[in-house]
Amino acid sequence: MTLISDLQIAAPEILLSGFALVALLVGAFAGDGSSRFLRAFSTVVLALASLLAFRQVALPPEAAFGGLYQTSEFTSFAKGVVYAIGAGALFMSGGAVRRDGMERYEFPLLMIFASFGAGVMLSAGDLMSLYMGVECLSLSSYVLAAFLRDDLRSSEAGLKYFVLGALASGLLLYGASLVYGFAGSTRFDQIADAPYSIGLVFGLVLMICGLAFKASAAPFHIWTPDVYEGGPSPVVAFFATAPKIAAVVVFANVLFSAFGVMEDQWALIVAVLAAASMLIGAFGALNQNNIKRLLAYSSIGNVGFALIGVAAGETFGTSSILVYMTIYVVATLGLFGGVLAMRRDGKNVELISDLNGLSRMKPALAIALTALVFSVAGIPPLAGFFGKLMVFRAGLQADLLWLVIVGVISSVVSLGYYLRIIWAIWGKEPAAALDPVDFGVGVTVVASTVITFPVLVIWIGGLINATSFAAAG
Amino acid sequence: MDSIQSQVADYLPIAIFLVIAAALSVGFILASAVFAPSNPDPEKLSAYECGFNAFDDARMKFDVRFYLVAILFIIFDLEVAFLFPWIFEVAAGNQAAFWSMMAFLGVLTVGFVYEWRRGALEWE
Amino acid sequence: MQLIAFYILSTVVLLSAFLVIAARNPVHSVLWLISAFFASSGLLVLIGAEFLAMLLVVVYVGAVAVLFLFVVMMLDVDFVELKQGFLNYLPAGALIALALLAEIGVVAAATAAREASGFDPSPGADTNAEALSRVLYTDNLMLFQLAGLILLVAMMGAIVLTLRKRPGVRRQNISEQTNRRREDAVQLKDVRPGQGI
Repeated sequence: MTLISDLQIAAPEILLSGFALVALLVGAFAGDGSSRFLRAFSTVVLALASLLAFRQVALPPEAAFGGLYQTSEFTSFAKGVVYAIGAGALFMSGGAVRRDGMERYEFPLLMIFASFGAGVMLSAGDLMSLYMGVECLSLSSYVLAAFLRDDLRSSEAGLKYFVLGALASGLLLYGASLVYGFAGSTRFDQIADAPYSIGLVFGLVLMICGLAFKASAAPFHIWTPDVYEGGPSPVVAFFATAPKIAAVVVFANVLFSAFGVMEDQWALIVAVLAAASMLIGAFGALNQNNIKRLLAYSSIGNVGFALIGVAAGETFGTSSILVYMTIYVVATLGLFGGVLAMRRDGKNVELISDLNGLSRMKPALAIALTALVFSVAGIPPLAGFFGKLMVFRAGLQADLLWLVIVGVISSVVSLGYYLRIIWAIWGKEPAAALDPVDFGVGVTVVASTVITFPVLVIWIGGLINATSFAAAG
Repeated sequence: MDSIQSQVADYLPIAIFLVIAAALSVGFILASAVFAPSNPDPEKLSAYECGFNAFDDARMKFDVRFYLVAILFIIFDLEVAFLFPWIFEVAAGNQAAFWSMMAFLGVLTVGFVYEWRRGALEWE
Repeated sequence: MQLIAFYILSTVVLLSAFLVIAARNPVHSVLWLISAFFASSGLLVLIGAEFLAMLLVVVYVGAVAVLFLFVVMMLDVDFVELKQGFLNYLPAGALIALALLAEIGVVAAATAAREASGFDPSPGADTNAEALSRVLYTDNLMLFQLAGLILLVAMMGAIVLTLRKRPGVRRQNISEQTNRRREDAVQLKDVRPGQGI
């Protein structure tokens, strides 16, 4: 029976969707009192799905559901990271969810559906399943961004995200239908075999625009700072990590597997997107005082760095994209743990000045955040340095010297605002004391710090080996 | 689709229906224009609110609950749209298509139970 | 004959689409939108996709347009004032429109080079709906089930964002009402004159 083998191949997604349906019924009958239990359970299920996805990496690539679903080492690895990071984001959300009045059982389920959508779009082997995955992720994300519906900023974030996201979905869909019209198929492998035509290029460009929006690459980044600033912090911690790596890897996967032969058509576009993102990320963040806005610009810049790997092409870039994004999202999850820890008198505070003198109030958190900020900034010997090294190497191998130079310049510029955070933590006089840190947040920040330094630093060779399947195959 | 003639022929009943509908409505409008007493006056068209001039537009804010009902309606409307072509496969005795639809309906039934228990179907 | 119908319908679509953004009253905009939907469904009939034409009318005209009307009604904005800026944005909008038009032109030119594709709206079946049903439920099983899940997410989203419990609402509970007994409702008090309770 082929259905059974199909279901086995898609095991992580089947697990997530099946769990979400059962959990929705449990929530419906048990009410919001079950929210805490469902959140814990959802975390465990996401972690299990992550294990299943990592198991896919070891298996040979398989297609299921008539080619609509396609596993590959590249995307399965990213999927494993997405689910693991999603579990981490959910794990540390507990305290904030309780205090900010988000204790409804839909919250963990929407996170599950968002991760599920990310997984589907990663494993898509067809434009239609790609779009379905993107929509499932986006639709859940819009709702999550506006989850604090009585909070003006949260609803504004949701509305902005929705309007611009719908536009991007439209572009993606328009591009996909042009591609279908000119290639005669929606399957990636058949698009790759289609003869070259101008219509195909137009479709490709429109699809790049739509996907760049989802990955928040400049110049399609405008929604990012507003959504990050307005959205509830536990949700933003999720947005900045799991869907981010998913979007970048999907971006790469679509270009590599469906449009691989047209590389000279898109390499320059992606390179320009990368350069614009890095520069906007670096200069946009310089005079931000809100830490969430600052991290939003930082994430735009970091997507730019990962796009160097995409622009470098399949031969050189694949491994560097995964290494870079994995290190980045692990560190970012920890940084948002720091944002969640910023509470004073029971209220969230999110200005950089609120971190003043953190080193004297909470030395452990201060050390952890310092390590994470330096990792994201790419300072040796932290893991982030190796990530940047990898993408720069990929860029040089693909003769993209100018892009690497832009990357180095924006790294130096962005050091300016990363140092502002460090200076606030270590150099300023303490302000009023912060509230105690939640258990979940503490564990996540420590885990993320330990993974950033020293685990990934020692194991960096292992990570590079584990992700260089394309070069080998 | 062999020829345009046959395609037009397929739509003949609809065309006749449209013509009758158009003729009737135009007929009624004409009839009232011709036979009804007409004595226009600007005062007759002006808004009348207990002797005041109108304060405001006649439009007013709708309760967001209308919107919730409308969106739930759309969702089930779409579900029904999926049911239409399904009858062909069921009529042809396709078991897989039958169970596929059952799974689809199962998912939406979960949703229905959820919205019922949440109280989204109650007007208060 | 078919060509004439095509030109009439597409003119109606374009004209209505323009009037959607040009109409001063947002309710009129929605009505023009409905007209655009209708004409596009006519275009679908023209290429033989009757089922899609019907869906367009049922879903978009029947449901989405009504939803738009609700949204328009829910906003308490002075739309006449809002529209004043329309002319200011016109140059930028026109530029984008021109760019898109040029794109369509290039694509059309590229298409003209290819020979006619022998398009069949209902391959291997009598009707459009039947052809759809051949592939929708089995070959595209995954997409079909994903559609169900996405509808579920939409349902959750609508409820999460708009459903509120109003405190202090008195609602009818028929069993409670009919089970009410005299003892539950009436209290007999022996009131002495001049003292009250």
